[in-house]
Amino acid sequence: MSSNGKPKFAMYWADSCGGCEIAVLNIHEKILDFDANFEVVFWPVAMDAKYKDVEAMDDKSILLTLFNGAIHSEEHEHIAKLLRQKSQIMVAFGSCACEGCIPALINLSSKEDFYNTVFETITTVNPDHIRPQTVVSMEEGDIYIPEMYKVVRSLDQIVPVDYYMPGCPPESPQIASVIDLVIQVLKGEAELPPAGSVIGAGNSTVCDDCPRERNVKKIKKFVRIQEIKEVDPNLCLLEQGIPCNGPATRNGCGALCPTAGAQCIGCYGPAEGAIDYGARLMTAFASVIDSNDPDEIEKILDTLPDPAGQFYRFSMAGSLLRASKYAWEGK
Amino acid sequence: MSKDFEPVLIGFTCNWCSYRAADLAGTARVKYPPNIRLIRMMCSGRLDPTFVLKALAGGADGVLITGCHPGECHYLEQNYKALRRYLLLRRTIAQLGIEPERVKLVWASAAEGVHLAAEITKMVEEIRGLGPLNWPKWSDNNNFKASLTVEAEEVSA
Repeated sequence: MSSNGKPKFAMYWADSCGGCEIAVLNIHEKILDFDANFEVVFWPVAMDAKYKDVEAMDDKSILLTLFNGAIHSEEHEHIAKLLRQKSQIMVAFGSCACEGCIPALINLSSKEDFYNTVFETITTVNPDHIRPQTVVSMEEGDIYIPEMYKVVRSLDQIVPVDYYMPGCPPESPQIASVIDLVIQVLKGEAELPPAGSVIGAGNSTVCDDCPRERNVKKIKKFVRIQEIKEVDPNLCLLEQGIPCNGPATRNGCGALCPTAGAQCIGCYGPAEGAIDYGARLMTAFASVIDSNDPDEIEKILDTLPDPAGQFYRFSMAGSLLRASKYAWEGK
Repeated sequence: MSKDFEPVLIGFTCNWCSYRAADLAGTARVKYPPNIRLIRMMCSGRLDPTFVLKALAGGADGVLITGCHPGECHYLEQNYKALRRYLLLRRTIAQLGIEPERVKLVWASAAEGVHLAAEITKMVEEIRGLGPLNWPKWSDNNNFKASLTVEAEEVSA
């Protein structure tokens, strides 16, 4: 408990975009309930706080930490371990912390390729071929910059995590209900779910929430949604050949994308029970291909040009293989 | 590549055809290398790509998927689903830097013990040529950097 008697709250961003923070602020007037019940002690996006302030806190003195972002550098790892030590409840908040999300797509390439793309492509003027260094010597002394790792990891691959809250970002109504629940727990009116649970999401698939009509699916080719003149507004997108990730994705978003006419891209991560998101989706996609002839199947698969990107857009770090050989071997 | 590298293969067999083919190879004393560990499933259609990924991540150098010949599936058409999954899986693992040859699909009926043994022998030699896969054993929680340098523990053949 802090000086004003309120339990402490922290939120951190590691390798992430900041969308999770926006989603938290998007809970509208609930933020007042939140403020009435918590004291924010560390939230780099919203307030000024120093790492040394967190280091000075007592262990387990923060009640709730929402950690968003994947682990890509020494700094991320350091803060993840520090916040774990200082927090009672640590939530892997958002897809990056849960399973790597977009940052973990770098696990498909080597660090060298990654740096070349960032510092050496035609849009970048870099005649001296400068690359990030971890130590730079200045007159005043050495400046140390955290090292970037070869492989991006999810939060639970670094520290134990109490709860997972998936989504890119988690939907604001789900965040509001989780905050409500924690407040109820503080008042002794409710109990926390078992440790390790996925919170703020369903335990089925996006297809279950999707209002579109479903029949037996048989497709002769995959198409990008912008290549279709008229998308049938009522028919399952996968049936129309649009690679929709709904069958493998956990529900909880309310099937927003397919309802709005866009395919599910899988941001809520693997459905309950799926060990490897991509494998589950491969099974789903392979089942709908309408051919038994190897050559024809190959032709149909040619219309899905980037299977790894399709299947692991959000789940690379959380997958069984986690990173490509290019990434971990560094070649 | 070490000279005495013995590849470890995981073989998924169908209860109705290839498992019996392997059985037949045994009864008939047809020789094939001991590098393969066969796992029986009810049908190649039961093959979830998760199994293959788990085998590769867990130390296998290659995975052999076997099923009934096209048109002969005990469950009518599940082997076609296995075929499609296999073709999709190969493309995906190629993007992850795994040689697609490390995963192979072979049809073998219950009468084809000799054929299955020959395919196993062939694949073991192919994988021997490719060398060990050595996928990292990701040691979770703590000491992240060390886990990247840890050699994959040797799986004795």
